[in-house]
Amino acid sequence: MSFLLTCPNCGVREVTDFGYGGEISARPRARPTLRQLGQYNYFRRNAAGVQREWWFHRSGCRAWFIAERDTRTNEVLLIELPGEPGTVGPA
Amino acid sequence: MSRLPDQPGELINRGKVIRFTFDGKAVEAYEGDTVGSALYADGRRTFSRSFKYHRRRGLLCCAGQCPNCIVAVDGAPGVRACTEPVREGMRVEHLNAQPGLDFDVMRTTDLVGTKFTPPGFYYKTFIRPRKLWPVYEKVLRHAAGLGVLPKQQPEREWRTEYRRRHADVIVIGGGTAGQRAAAAAAEQADDVVLVDEGPLPIDPIPGVEILARASALGYFDGIVPVFQGDTLHQIRARRHVFATGAIEQPLVFAGNDLPGVMLSGGALRLMQLYAVIPGTRAVVATTSDRGLHAAATLHDGGVQIAAVADLRESRSAAAQELSARGIEVLVGHQILAARGSKAVDAAVLGPIGVEGASVERAVDCDLIVVSGGFAPATSLLLQAGARTRYDAERGCFVLDELPPNVTAVGDVAGADEGETLAVPPPVAGAGHGKCFACLCEDVTAKDIKLSVEEGYDSIELSKRYTTVTMGPCQGRMCQLPAIRLMAKETGQSLEQVGTTTARPPWVSVPMGILAGRPFEPAKRSSIHGRHRELGATIRWAGDWRRAYDYGDPQAEALAVHRAAGLIDVSTLGKLLVRGPDAGEFLDRLYPNRFSDLEPGRIRYGVISSDAGRIVDDGTICRIDEDTFYVTTTSSGAGAVEEWFSWWLADWRMRVELTDLTQGLSAVNLAGPRAREILGELTDLDCSPEAFRYLDGKHATVAGVSCLILRIGFVGEVGYEIHFAAAYGEHVWDALMRAGADRGIRPFGLEPQRILRLQKMHILVGQDTDSESTPFGAAMPWIVKLDKDADFIGKWALEHYADEEPATRLVGFTLPNGHVPTEGAVIVDALGAPAGQVTSARFSPVLDRVIGMAWVPSPFARDGSQVTISDEGTMMTAQVQTRPFYDPDGEVLRS
Repeated sequence: MSFLLTCPNCGVREVTDFGYGGEISARPRARPTLRQLGQYNYFRRNAAGVQREWWFHRSGCRAWFIAERDTRTNEVLLIELPGEPGTVGPA
Repeated sequence: MSRLPDQPGELINRGKVIRFTFDGKAVEAYEGDTVGSALYADGRRTFSRSFKYHRRRGLLCCAGQCPNCIVAVDGAPGVRACTEPVREGMRVEHLNAQPGLDFDVMRTTDLVGTKFTPPGFYYKTFIRPRKLWPVYEKVLRHAAGLGVLPKQQPEREWRTEYRRRHADVIVIGGGTAGQRAAAAAAEQADDVVLVDEGPLPIDPIPGVEILARASALGYFDGIVPVFQGDTLHQIRARRHVFATGAIEQPLVFAGNDLPGVMLSGGALRLMQLYAVIPGTRAVVATTSDRGLHAAATLHDGGVQIAAVADLRESRSAAAQELSARGIEVLVGHQILAARGSKAVDAAVLGPIGVEGASVERAVDCDLIVVSGGFAPATSLLLQAGARTRYDAERGCFVLDELPPNVTAVGDVAGADEGETLAVPPPVAGAGHGKCFACLCEDVTAKDIKLSVEEGYDSIELSKRYTTVTMGPCQGRMCQLPAIRLMAKETGQSLEQVGTTTARPPWVSVPMGILAGRPFEPAKRSSIHGRHRELGATIRWAGDWRRAYDYGDPQAEALAVHRAAGLIDVSTLGKLLVRGPDAGEFLDRLYPNRFSDLEPGRIRYGVISSDAGRIVDDGTICRIDEDTFYVTTTSSGAGAVEEWFSWWLADWRMRVELTDLTQGLSAVNLAGPRAREILGELTDLDCSPEAFRYLDGKHATVAGVSCLILRIGFVGEVGYEIHFAAAYGEHVWDALMRAGADRGIRPFGLEPQRILRLQKMHILVGQDTDSESTPFGAAMPWIVKLDKDADFIGKWALEHYADEEPATRLVGFTLPNGHVPTEGAVIVDALGAPAGQVTSARFSPVLDRVIGMAWVPSPFARDGSQVTISDEGTMMTAQVQTRPFYDPDGEVLRS
């Protein structure tokens, strides 16, 4: 895997500069059933297409941000800092 | 060193002689020569012995395309003599022949052993009796191959580098078309890189970075790795222009591998670039005008042309021009065989369509020049996603579809279209001897026929069975001939047979260039120099170089119990968590509470994941209402900071994180006399009443502002002193001086491990793994399920709280003095694995072997006995659930 990613703070960098946080999935807000908890902890949609995901600029500003990427082509469509609190949760 | 008179455009500098050795014999060359041209000028015709039959092989392409001239240079195998520039004093040696290149005993495999070595023979002939296979394998491995790598290399002397290059356009191939494309792109103000592997110098082009004598290895997601000398350029470009040219193809006939059989391009290169005469009397066999032009050029250079066989029926203008010189051109003729023992001494020609000795004609010669048409060099394009189709007119696979931002120019794109040519038969003159389809792997036309008969009837299967196209030439010389033979044997069209998948690397590349520069970043604490002066054994601990011991770990551990010890713990992760929401933030991240921690107090914490598994641990000191000082494990420092900031990115609480790991140093002063030693260097009241266990205080130590945490990882009264890293040696020295009369000793990581094991303090990652929960790790008290608010791991931990874990972490003792290996197995009554030992040491203060292990829950109680199987040795251990040393913490709190 090799492509360029734009850090919202630092600009365009090789993807090897970044840590991948996986697809964005919402953390359950209320007590989940064991099955729901298992889904949240261990299952991913693994989309073949556009996916919202977490990235961490490990070798740079060390900020977490969100990207929308086509997992088939590695084309990055959107980069943004996290939006409203609690709308997303680390997977 | 016989040379022709000056050639226009020759690359050699006749004013400068270079001397090197070949198999120990001195060879003279001119500057600008290749090893191949110099040896050829010196009279050498045999350059290598073939892979399987150990047949003589000589120069064929003179362009680094074929496997025939592979030698070792200064001990490194796999070098192509025909492209390797000569250097003064270089040591060149042959490969794959014993005792020597000119007399190779393994030639017997060719003369008598062929019927024992059909394709896949190693699955057939040398299988039985089974027990002899190891012997066969050794012999076969010795007989085959392309050289031997030195088993040991004392030091890696060859330094290689990676270079990352971003460009608008990369042009691969520096011929006419490539240069033109590069210049055109540069005129559009694009940033252009031009890569060329050939020997011809390229004049500078404004705006173009030219990488000369550099080879593109492949195409990986838009990155083209380019190998040049000691550098691997990783070039990322927006647009890719391929000007990789076309590769002249050999003809498949009997003895087509004899030294003296040369591609027309190879013969011309020898003559024009290096002024070396390729032969005195030549026979030319061609399928197009290329061979005829070569004949004319060679004739101009003084080579006698004995005959020309042109596969085409019509007599072209070039043929008429040769006839006018008095050269015999046989149209509608092909070459059937090359004759000779050590090298070519005759060529057998015959008319197409007619067979039999009566129509064949042997022509004496010492050079056979062949030109079997051209195959576009599409491999890199195919890797980039292009597609090809078979062009019956041109007899080769041509580009059909290109992916976006990829263009092809020049011969690879079919610039030679319009030439009249004949498509050669898959094989000619089979009755005269071995006809080689693949020179690298010694695969004959007959071998491909056999593979089809045995059922390997697709090109990909045949490739894997016969290994055709899998050698160093990567299909340059053999892909098209193999496809033609396959089509003939299966009755399919070439389109139906198709090509094999193009894969990197396109050129042979030393492993070292892929490995790049040895890059092992090491972290060292600010006190590292002192450890070295004290004679410490320094070892890797994660990214850190740490003092493992100072020569006697047992004595160091005892010193901590009897007087005092000092250990450098600067490697601990150190995070400042600050803000109005800091307490709540930590409550959400840890299973226990921190919001109710009083300023100036310390609490232990275990980070758990949402799956309820232990992630890391450390101590947390509340410095003031809004500020917490969090320590993490040494190896977990980076990951914990990422984990904290990740949740913070989502929760957006009023909290600031500052990673102080690199900025602060820390030492742990521990032992019964630690209090006295510290008291001497600070105004702080260190009495047990004023500075209690789990107090954290700011104070000045030896004039340096410090945060002192009274914690007890090693089990004795201890002070973990944190301070600005710049004062590392100063504070260390002051403590050592103050302790000198009180028996202080520095102690390393190993004695610290003994000491903490005595207290059953877990090491995350050593005693726990990704499956361990706080309940299984005997720390149920750390999980506060009665907390009102949600926290990471809560739901999973609620579940685990009610469930009996399969195994639990306990301590054990062993009476017999044997220290089991960490990782030794706990076995159940039937001898099946049921757990494992995670830590084990001999404790000098307890005078016995202690350890920790995961054991089946029913055995996780004091007095149980478990069986440890340590690489076959069985031993019985006593389970103990409370710390081995000072179980009630009286010493620690004193």
